Amino acid sequence: MSLSETLDAPADEIAPAASKPLLSVNQLTRVYGSRIGCADVSFDLWPGEVLAIVGESGSGKTTLLNCISSRMTPTCGTVHYRMRDGASADIYKMAEAERRYLMRTDWGFVHQNPIDGLRMTVSAGANVGERLMAVGNRHYGNIRNTAIEWLSRVEIGEDRVDDQPRTFSGGMRQRLQIARNLVTEPRLVFMDEPTGGLDVSVQARLLDLLRGLVSDLGLAVVVVTHDLAVARLLSDRMIVMKEGRVIEAGLTDRVLDDPRAPYTQLLVSSILQV
Amino acid sequence: MNALTQDTSSQNLASYNFAYLDEQTKRMIRRAILKGIAIPGYQVPFASREMPMPYGWGTGGVQVTAAIIGRDDVLKVIDQGADDTTNAVSIRAFFAKTAGVVTTTATPDATIIQTRHRIPETPLTEGQVLVYQVPIPEPLRFLEPRETETRKMHALEEYGLMHVKLYEDIARNGHIATTYAYPVKVEGRYVMDPSPTPKFDNPKMHRSETLQLFGAGREKRIYAIPPHTEVVSLDFEDHPFEIQHFDQPCAMCGAEQVYLDEVVLDDKGGRMFVCSDTHYCESRRADGHCGALLGDEPGLGAEANTRKEAM
Repeated sequence: MSLSETLDAPADEIAPAASKPLLSVNQLTRVYGSRIGCADVSFDLWPGEVLAIVGESGSGKTTLLNCISSRMTPTCGTVHYRMRDGASADIYKMAEAERRYLMRTDWGFVHQNPIDGLRMTVSAGANVGERLMAVGNRHYGNIRNTAIEWLSRVEIGEDRVDDQPRTFSGGMRQRLQIARNLVTEPRLVFMDEPTGGLDVSVQARLLDLLRGLVSDLGLAVVVVTHDLAVARLLSDRMIVMKEGRVIEAGLTDRVLDDPRAPYTQLLVSSILQV
Repeated sequence: MNALTQDTSSQNLASYNFAYLDEQTKRMIRRAILKGIAIPGYQVPFASREMPMPYGWGTGGVQVTAAIIGRDDVLKVIDQGADDTTNAVSIRAFFAKTAGVVTTTATPDATIIQTRHRIPETPLTEGQVLVYQVPIPEPLRFLEPRETETRKMHALEEYGLMHVKLYEDIARNGHIATTYAYPVKVEGRYVMDPSPTPKFDNPKMHRSETLQLFGAGREKRIYAIPPHTEVVSLDFEDHPFEIQHFDQPCAMCGAEQVYLDEVVLDDKGGRMFVCSDTHYCESRRADGHCGALLGDEPGLGAEANTRKEAM
């Protein structure tokens, strides 16, 4: 034991940062009284990787996402995040101030319903600029220019920068929410059903946009979805959940083309073929 | 004052305790005030009492004044700078009756000044106490409705949201259009709502010699700015904080660099601008200053009731 530790230690220092996981989830469990939200979930997420968590409604996807994004304290288990300085920290042992700072700088959270993630009563520019102002940016002109730049990256015209998001369509709101999260150039983004509630053509454009942004920025993403097409298009790896437990995990192509667990086979075969 | 006899007379069983509140309540409020002074800008919760006036009429300010007032104090009460409006007259009468203290309208003579919205134009000095009546003490309230969340934001010094409001102002109006309740940062730590004072008065709070106490009765909060405390109005680098400017001097006393009220004169668009601080205006006129609309009645004495004419 002590021998292996001494041998491992120098190897870790030599290894480049990319070879260490960005997020490391270990035996995470969340119970609601006697009911299980999610149980015994472990996985690693590497920088630049997109991980999809799929499963039917009530399978514990969102509970898991909330637990790993520090929005809900897990019953047991740990979540380690590798900070920008390379040190790995247990997010539930951090001071709250540090955790909240992390959430609004290095992380992003895209809600299924844009209303939950946006301030509906302030303009699109202020929505995008909020994180910049939260980290101490105090130059109106710069904030506004950055906001306009990000709006154009998510295909929202410059002329809409002073409009409130309630005047936006569902797809535009979702894109605005994405811009608002990405403006501080986070390394890790959590997404909860990002295409839920959008019609198919808007979904396709949003997915296309997301895929482009993810590869341009080298984002690591954890995306929760019940839509296998979203998982296929966006993700590198996927986890299949049922009744709070992981029943299958692997590369997206492998899981979708060669499902092993009976439930995954059922899930894959239930995609409507048009 | 006839009230002086009231508090010495024990035969009158129905009389109020000195300054209306019972001693335990005053001690509780004083503790909150001391805590507020120790942590400038921090909103201290206190067990606000029902007062014999409706919420919104200064119940918080009255409780703070009741807790700090002594028999030797001289009280001035202003409402929007005026000594003669309903609110000011009632509160002055209230303390004249329940505490038997001397009241005044002259700013330099007062030891305690209770105010709704204005800081007097006459510079305040060390030893005076300014008590503000505050309707909504939470500067983040209209941006974040959850009290649990705003307290956490204060605790963790997360004030980015305050700038979102200012950003929104500039985006909509081209300049920071917040003219009152303009948020300030106290001693580099807490963001504070200076109650609905016009932003014209914000610079007067900065390093003031006077102790400033803020009481919000309905919201049950007390906060304070001790003397010589840094009070900085929030702004952007390219849109710095500015106070209001008026193109014309006071129509009654000719004063410049003071906060003016607009008074409508007729239904044909006639209007005049007069000092909002009535005592300041009166004392200037008593000194012989004369504004454009004062007319041919110079030499009004200081004791003359010039306020009726101003209206």
